[in-house]
Amino acid sequence: MVKKFLKNLFSKLKFNPFARKSHVKLGLYGPPNGGKSTLANRVCLDWLGEEMSSVSHIAHETREIKIKEQVNIKNKKGKELTFSLVDTPGIATKIDYEDFLKRGMKKKEAKARAKEATKGVIDSIKWLDEMECVVVVLDATKDPYSQVNITIIGNLQARNIPVLIAANKIDLKRANMDVIKAAFPQYEIVGVSAKYGKNLEEFYEQLFKVAK
Amino acid sequence: MVTFQFVPYTDIEVMSSAKRINKLLKIVKEEKIVLMEGRLKKHEEADLIEITMEEISPKFKGIELSVVYPDKKKQDLGQKMRGAFANVLLGDRQGMTIIGPASVVKRIEQNPDKIELFTKDSKSKPVGPKRRYRKRK
Repeated sequence: MVKKFLKNLFSKLKFNPFARKSHVKLGLYGPPNGGKSTLANRVCLDWLGEEMSSVSHIAHETREIKIKEQVNIKNKKGKELTFSLVDTPGIATKIDYEDFLKRGMKKKEAKARAKEATKGVIDSIKWLDEMECVVVVLDATKDPYSQVNITIIGNLQARNIPVLIAANKIDLKRANMDVIKAAFPQYEIVGVSAKYGKNLEEFYEQLFKVAK
Repeated sequence: MVTFQFVPYTDIEVMSSAKRINKLLKIVKEEKIVLMEGRLKKHEEADLIEITMEEISPKFKGIELSVVYPDKKKQDLGQKMRGAFANVLLGDRQGMTIIGPASVVKRIEQNPDKIELFTKDSKSKPVGPKRRYRKRK
């Protein structure tokens, strides 16, 4: 308890002797279907040779926190960064099981998915306090000014947690990096395609900068 | 028909975070759209989402949320200082928070200059019994 108090105090003073910068807890946060799990899989494939999460076109595929320990990445200069990668359920303000019915699910299955999804959102918010660095994964084809995005980023800012914004799905024609940059001008933003591994080198470089 | 309920800042300023959120959610559950003067604190916005998730049921499917806030980049130093001073004295009354039930509000699109609120198509049938008229012989 005393350690937690001191940790909070030092983090507010931007000095934390407990932090082990070479091994951080890195969270992937964002709205549903932004591509958090696809990015988590890409990172794990690149550095561990195995995937960590299942992905789907139907929202709320990830409904519980998933952790991959000891992900070790290297940059061009040979520096290493080891982190625990935390893939979180997408944060939403509404969940309607009827949306899952429209995607071909049976009623019982849709209701169960909705119930699990609500719990997933609660867990994601509760885990914010555990994070030492966060990548906010946004769908670059969608409007970034949604209140969910603003709330997530505002809460990370209030906790002094370093943030990197990954604008995902840049392989799609509708992707618009300029809108995302205009919405969050104070943050590092990197465009990626987690599905096709596009611009991942730049993503890792930015990750080193933000997590150091 | 869509009903808006205005919540002045004076109604919530002395309330605890939990009471504020409960008050706002109570209005939303009555299928009304909340227009709240000012904004919630950042942690309260996260709490609002968390509590909304806890209360989701077949009848209550969640909320749509949007906060309009003055763009500080467009303010000069004097305006910023006056705003900060007013916040300290009176609380965070700047801006406006819109919270609607997901059953009524389909989505709220927001950019720095405007807000567009899309409502769901009304499924309610015309009120009153159907009348059938027979031709008189």
